[in-house]
Amino acid sequence: MKTCLVVDDSRVIRKVARRILEDLGFEIAEAADGMEAMAWCRTAMPEAILLDWNMPVMDGLSFLRELRREPDGHEPVVVFCTVENDLEHIGQALDAGADEYIMKPFDGDILEDKFIEAGLVA
Amino acid sequence: MRPEDVETIRAMVHARSGVVIDPEKTYQIETGLAPVARRAGFASLPDLVQAIRAQRDERLLWAATEALTSSETSFFRDRVPFRVFREEILPSLIADRGDKPIRVWCAAAGTGQEPYSLAMILDDEQAKLADARVEVFASDISERSLERAQRGLYTQFEVQRGLPIRLLVRHFEKVDEQWLLSSRIRQMVRWRRINLLADLRPLGRFDVIFCRNVITSFDEPTGRRVLDQLANALPQGGWLVLGADETVGGASERLKPVAGRRGIYAPNREAHAAA
Repeated sequence: MKTCLVVDDSRVIRKVARRILEDLGFEIAEAADGMEAMAWCRTAMPEAILLDWNMPVMDGLSFLRELRREPDGHEPVVVFCTVENDLEHIGQALDAGADEYIMKPFDGDILEDKFIEAGLVA
Repeated sequence: MRPEDVETIRAMVHARSGVVIDPEKTYQIETGLAPVARRAGFASLPDLVQAIRAQRDERLLWAATEALTSSETSFFRDRVPFRVFREEILPSLIADRGDKPIRVWCAAAGTGQEPYSLAMILDDEQAKLADARVEVFASDISERSLERAQRGLYTQFEVQRGLPIRLLVRHFEKVDEQWLLSSRIRQMVRWRRINLLADLRPLGRFDVIFCRNVITSFDEPTGRRVLDQLANALPQGGWLVLGADETVGGASERLKPVAGRRGIYAPNREAHAAA
């Protein structure tokens, strides 16, 4: 079973995302900020990461840049999931190595669609 | 809604568009008609139905028909037909085209996501197209859908259904909270209001016709007639792309399925010659 690490400082969002992604067949791990997510990745690199942007301690973009510098850090497919919805933010995320990008609010259909787009779901 | 009101509406929609509405879906009829009633200034749905029954206001009858026949669409819907278009249909047409332009028609294109998806593919494949000219035509029965499609303005929700983020970045700009498709892509598509029940011969020939999830909304004889007309518009080597779950079955002898490609058909010349 593929693992998806859900990184978001909102417990509600993590719970919603977990429910949708479990239905898509993922095993879910959770982290509340970029630092926690980093610790998780250094222990066991997940196949997929659903990543919020604005979080305390370490934000999503800083996490992604650091992740892509790690050995094996290129492996996870990273899907941003954030309220930031302008081209500048999206461009920064793609430059930093994001594979797909979801603008909140999202629903199950959008999440599934983007995961298909990123090659994570058939 | 009273059953006789539902029947009035169903008869109107069928007469004008060939579309058969499930009488059980009263709720869908009501939610579809509510905005029509509001825009036309009726206090309630029964008032609207009464006006429809009087059959005096042709524009109102069309507005109601359009509201009940428009269906949801999304960019690159179902993915596979678009991959087939890019990887198989387009190369085969480029190889065979001679010096004539390649003509593509999206019938019942709704709010435009389908023809614009094809236009984005064509934009992407420019190198392969070399000097081949491709013309994309799109049509719908609904004036409102056509207006929306031509504007090319989509909600955040719509641009997140089926559209890869890189294509959003490449082809759209943000306008307030909506997303506007570039004029370059918009100008690749030519729009026209077409009712598929009409005589389609004046439209000429098309090398590819996308007509997805439409045929099954018609009653059987209407579906067969429309399929025959579409088949007539296809030259040898042409392609008809239906919805993934739609089949021609025995409906048209002038079309044969393309092996291994669900919902995709080619003209059947033998039947044609005999017909």
